[in-house]
Amino acid sequence: MSLARQNKRQGERIFWLVSLFAIALPLVILGWLLVDVLSDAVQRLSWQFITSYPSRKPENAGILPALVGSIYLIGLTASIALPIGVGAAIFLEEYGRHSRLAGVIEVNIANLAGVPSIIYGLLGLGVFVRALGMGRSLIAGAATMALLVLPMIIMVTREALRTVPMSLREACYGLGSTRWQSIWQVVLPSAFPGILTGAILAISRAIGETAPLVVVGALTYVTFVPDGIDAPFTVLPIQIFNWVSRPQHGFVVNSAAAITVLVCTMLVLNGIAIYLRNRLQQRKAT
Amino acid sequence: MTGHIDRNYEAQLDELRQRLMRMAAIVESMIGTAIRALVDGNVELAKETIRRDRSVNRLELEADSLCTEILARWQPVASDLRFVTIALKMVTDLERIGDLAVNICERVPDMVERPQPWDFKAIESMADVVRGMIHDAIEAFVTADTDRAQGVIDRDEEVDEIYHTMFRDLVATMKENPGTLVRDGIHVLSVAKWVERMADHSTNLAEQVVFMVKGKDVRHIGKLPDGAR
Amino acid sequence: MASGGSNGKPPKIAAVGLKARFGSNEVVRGVDMQISERTVTAIIGPSGCGKSTLLRTLNRMHELINGATVDGEVLLDGENVYAHEVDPVLLRRRVGMVFQKPNPFPSMSIRQNVLAGLSLTGRAVRAEADAVVEKALKQAALWEEVKDRLDAPGIGLSGGQQQRLCIARALAVEPEVLLMDEPCSALDPIATARIEDLIHVLKERYTIVIVTHNMQQAARVSEHTAFMLHGDLVEFAATNKLFTQPSDRRTEDYITGKFG
Repeated sequence: MSLARQNKRQGERIFWLVSLFAIALPLVILGWLLVDVLSDAVQRLSWQFITSYPSRKPENAGILPALVGSIYLIGLTASIALPIGVGAAIFLEEYGRHSRLAGVIEVNIANLAGVPSIIYGLLGLGVFVRALGMGRSLIAGAATMALLVLPMIIMVTREALRTVPMSLREACYGLGSTRWQSIWQVVLPSAFPGILTGAILAISRAIGETAPLVVVGALTYVTFVPDGIDAPFTVLPIQIFNWVSRPQHGFVVNSAAAITVLVCTMLVLNGIAIYLRNRLQQRKAT
Repeated sequence: MTGHIDRNYEAQLDELRQRLMRMAAIVESMIGTAIRALVDGNVELAKETIRRDRSVNRLELEADSLCTEILARWQPVASDLRFVTIALKMVTDLERIGDLAVNICERVPDMVERPQPWDFKAIESMADVVRGMIHDAIEAFVTADTDRAQGVIDRDEEVDEIYHTMFRDLVATMKENPGTLVRDGIHVLSVAKWVERMADHSTNLAEQVVFMVKGKDVRHIGKLPDGAR
Repeated sequence: MASGGSNGKPPKIAAVGLKARFGSNEVVRGVDMQISERTVTAIIGPSGCGKSTLLRTLNRMHELINGATVDGEVLLDGENVYAHEVDPVLLRRRVGMVFQKPNPFPSMSIRQNVLAGLSLTGRAVRAEADAVVEKALKQAALWEEVKDRLDAPGIGLSGGQQQRLCIARALAVEPEVLLMDEPCSALDPIATARIEDLIHVLKERYTIVIVTHNMQQAARVSEHTAFMLHGDLVEFAATNKLFTQPSDRRTEDYITGKFG
């Protein structure tokens, strides 16, 4: 039997081409969009842009309140969602593994992750803004966003906990540790890279959310930086939305610039997530 | 009885068993022809018997080598281990029996020229018993029959009896007719001694079979220092 | 009733009518076994015979599996470890375990790994930490190889070294009994030989029970051997005797390789 190639393997080549096309198409479109935005934005991007307040005149308008609002919101959301999410995941994965309750919760969490975000906005409006009397404040927005990202954090944390091999837990028990000691000192540190990745992904999603915040009452024209968690606020996506609906061409440029800032922030956050995950995984996988 | 899962191992053990059985068969027959050659004064037969000892020696080397190989490669335990270690010893005993038959054959030329007043009946009957002992010992080995082996051990006494009677008679005869008879008498005594030694070796074979089957050491009963077992 | 040591002293650890189940499946079916102090006992048997399960009932690790139950008693120095008031966590500090696949904690250095048994259980020793680490690593015959890099990550070691690190970690807690569940099956022959040599030294201070599927290892390493089949303890005897003249036909057939 000769080793020379028998046929031309056309099928393989076609398949390769099709897959290549499948990845190239969205990348090309995305690239084109970004280039389009950047070309509009580049003239407007400046320190002044970032540190100014909105104004009727596009050349004076800046994103400071929106940017600060986004940052505060993310910070608050993370501090609410992370402890609750990780705690819930620990309960489901470590303590309640085989209970009926855990099974029910598990099914529902996956569903919750797919619920349209505006529903969360309505929920937030009813529960946080009105029923709990938080009003249209940062804290209400943060609570709402926390609910939104909670399912994702729980799922990712559970995955991360699952990747910790049973042998590590057994080693702990073999040494005479309690369940909590093993979770806190070995399992969580081991799962940390995964949890961190999940957290950052959740946050980068939260940064881009608009609809639920609109419902909860983020303002669209804000001339001050929020001064407390009960203060009114706005966020970058909403600011962009506001500018895009204005007729003046200057605002279109502004929105392009704001979009650029938003996209850059998301890229940076995701980049950090990937970098951290790679670093921490390398340390483990020797 | 189920065989070993490793069929190569099973085959090697079987080959060892076959070698032992072949050795025993040749040795048994050598005893027969050696005594025949002695009684008939047949020098040719004696020479042929001596030649056959070469096969016995060859089988000894092969069996030893096979035992070492089995020990190294399969680290046998329990009954397999007892089988292999006993096989090593049985091979030695069988080879010694063969050598003793050769010794007898080497005496034949010396005995041929003399007038033969000798009654070889006693030696013949001893040899018959010994051949039966070897045969039964190997049977017992193959069938793991300790009763049969015990029977062999018991027969050693019979051979000893015949030998002692022969010894007394020979001494008496030699005293009556000193001179040439003495030298021939000593030859005959040597042959008898060798046959008696063959019986001892056959007893060893039987004792080893008992150990292999039962794991009980029946050797040296009553002949060890106190508390040695 | 199978006894491992007849030197008149009470056994260090004993199983009495021990049964273990996974759900409704009985995997260990009424085992009685007595293990003397400072001896090495090996448990052998074909796959699925219950030997690992039996081992894990000795330090109450079996019940950690969902749906797993235990009946009967395990006596440690005469005291039943399955009694209602016994804290399994405290039991596992007296009866340590080394597992089949070396499992040093990946987020910890060698030093931290050795001390993990103490720090995990809230018994951090600051003052003599160095002494504890050195002693444990010396006992595990690993000190010379790692003494200059105690802060390197534990998982950077070779397989055999990792397993010795796990042994050091188990010994740092100063248990009385050491259970070893096929400790060498993931290791190469040289690493295996090192650990077997180590066991020979350790038995002067600890009572060791080792489960192994390697019969030659059991023969080399132990003083008493238990043969298990389908959840039953078929034979328990001095290793010498079991491997030259086993009493039970099933033992004979298994160790000579007629089934298993």
